[in-house]
Amino acid sequence: MIRNQLLVCAGGACITSGEKSVKDVLVDELKKNGIEDEVQVIETGCMGACDLGPIVVVYPEGTFYQKVTVKNAGLIVNEHLVKGRTVGELLYTEPASEKRARTSGDIPFYTRQVKRVLRNCGAIDPLSIEEYIARDGYFALGKALEMAPDEIIRILLDSGLRGRGGAGFPTGLKWKAAREAAGSPKYVVCNGDEGDPGAFMDRSVLEGDPHSIIEAMAIAGYAIGAEKGYVYVRAEYPLAIERFEYAIGKAREYGFLGRSILGTGFNFDIEIRIGAGAFVCGEETALLRSIEGKRGTPSVKPPFPAQSGLWNKPTLINNVETYANIPQIITNGAEWFRSVGSTKSPGTKVFALAGNVQNTGLVEVPMGTTLRELVFEIGGGIPGGKKFKAAQTGGPSGGVITAEYLDMPIDFDTVKEIGTIMGSGGLIVLDEDSCMVDVAKFYLGFTVDESCGKCTPCREGTRQMYHMMERICDGNGRDGDIERLSKLADVIKDTSLCGLGQSAPNPVLSTIRFYEDEYRAHIYEKKCPSHVCKHLLTYSITPDKCVGCTACARQCPVHAITGEVKKIHVIDQSKCTKCGSCYESCRFGAIRKE
Amino acid sequence: MKSLEELKRIKEQTLKEMDLRQAKERGKVVVAMGTCGIAAGAKDALIAIIDELEKADIHDVKVVQSGCMGLCDKEPTVEVSMKDQPAVMYGDVNDVNARRIVREHVQGGNVVADLVVKRENI
Repeated sequence: MIRNQLLVCAGGACITSGEKSVKDVLVDELKKNGIEDEVQVIETGCMGACDLGPIVVVYPEGTFYQKVTVKNAGLIVNEHLVKGRTVGELLYTEPASEKRARTSGDIPFYTRQVKRVLRNCGAIDPLSIEEYIARDGYFALGKALEMAPDEIIRILLDSGLRGRGGAGFPTGLKWKAAREAAGSPKYVVCNGDEGDPGAFMDRSVLEGDPHSIIEAMAIAGYAIGAEKGYVYVRAEYPLAIERFEYAIGKAREYGFLGRSILGTGFNFDIEIRIGAGAFVCGEETALLRSIEGKRGTPSVKPPFPAQSGLWNKPTLINNVETYANIPQIITNGAEWFRSVGSTKSPGTKVFALAGNVQNTGLVEVPMGTTLRELVFEIGGGIPGGKKFKAAQTGGPSGGVITAEYLDMPIDFDTVKEIGTIMGSGGLIVLDEDSCMVDVAKFYLGFTVDESCGKCTPCREGTRQMYHMMERICDGNGRDGDIERLSKLADVIKDTSLCGLGQSAPNPVLSTIRFYEDEYRAHIYEKKCPSHVCKHLLTYSITPDKCVGCTACARQCPVHAITGEVKKIHVIDQSKCTKCGSCYESCRFGAIRKE
Repeated sequence: MKSLEELKRIKEQTLKEMDLRQAKERGKVVVAMGTCGIAAGAKDALIAIIDELEKADIHDVKVVQSGCMGLCDKEPTVEVSMKDQPAVMYGDVNDVNARRIVREHVQGGNVVADLVVKRENI
């Protein structure tokens, strides 16, 4: 007889913060109290609020316990389950009102979200195909197999679903092209090569709701006339691979993959292909080469994969989040899908909220939600009372959304107008202490590392841009650098072979557009207004604040500070390496950083 | 898996197992599980209530536990609050009485008068 269920979040972030050992303590304590047959412990996929992990939810009450540790996990059993007393110290406290939230329904981070793609993540056991079925899983496949393929594609076209991988190409058109393409066999591919730094929505779906992707790919196979599918996942996602592999096995066992699915004569099967983590393999043509076992480098389009993809055969390739929408669209219809989101970008989008924001994690909101809602209402604002400066979207292929656009509805088209892209949904919040030149340099450094080297504009161009950025941050910027950067950026965008190179200059162009004054300060005044770029900083001692305690001189690793006890100290600028340890050690605020 | 019928059967069966996680709107049964309650047999009452609800196929009533309600003399105590009705507190709830409370009050809508300790707002 089960009287309580404990849902333990086993998403990647919670596992890293100690979920496994917390679960062991829970199971142990249940046994000690002799209630292991009355209370069921279930591991789920990511619940989204990653900075609150490890998370344990107790049903039927729905009590939401956060930051559970090995030390206090026993309280959940001994207090809540044995004595019926809620463990107050493990509840989430709303920072603004200082109120304790009992259930996730009391936490704004959750109440503002619309869960479609993530509807099962954190709610079901990802290893249980039965729980997926209980939440209407595989009914969409059953329904699709009773429809004509063209009918399925029509629903997708009507739904207005656009590719969630970043570019926002209408999914229905892709399916239509793959269906109409001549050639056999055809292939269905799922792009799970999530490479943007800080983005993890695809991983969470693969880990938390793997069957939704299997179901969607089977529907795709039926719609375009393919019998074989490949899921491309990066090796850095071992848990996603493990759970997906398990899910494929279960789907075969239940007959959702294999021969004559649901007795219809339709055959389909899926194989996992593990990528080695090259960013360029997120680009579809490079990804297809990698599946073929070749070096992952892109090729010129056209021909598009729909005409000539895997082994030169017609291939449908969609991103994980795109697929995760499909079964629900088939079940609920195109109108349902369009009921949230904006006219040109219907549906929801999952964002990975990170950076200088209170609540980091995965959030799913309708397209057209404003940045203000995302950062301040769901994200809980900027920590430490700092001011919001900008949000970086689209990772190394995107740009910034500045404070003046906080109230702009975010969708595929609006972000493009201000020079950034939606991308896969990484959203890095930057506070007033961030140097935008440094941020752009960081992303450019990433693309320099990840450029595959096949085409010259990307391989050499991004490197030259990076050298210029380095020079600017080191205080060696020259008159005309901004113009040179912009010109080179345009050439790289126009002449690169694939999306990686074509979008690599975006972070630089976007920051020049909105923060040219910061570039100018770096180049002409040799100053970093945000005090981030080390070489542009000067540390000096304010004489009337220095009491001569010698703390700074003792901390300085290069002995650049001289002065006697109770006498004013001085920093020798020629020796100073700008490490900042004097600044940290001074208790009198006498060290000036500018 | 050969048919949609079979799929539906798995869905129905698993939904029952996942029942604890669904929102339950019709009412709530609170079992006091303080030390005094447990000593007096609150756990038997809890199990009996869950069992009886299951037998009656009732899935929209939540069974939760609380700490000691302060009536140590009348333990085990159980409070039943059905939607839009005043909460009723029962005392001396053993296995048999627990099953009666589910059948007569939760299912039948009639307060089990001889077990009542306290009624709200009456």
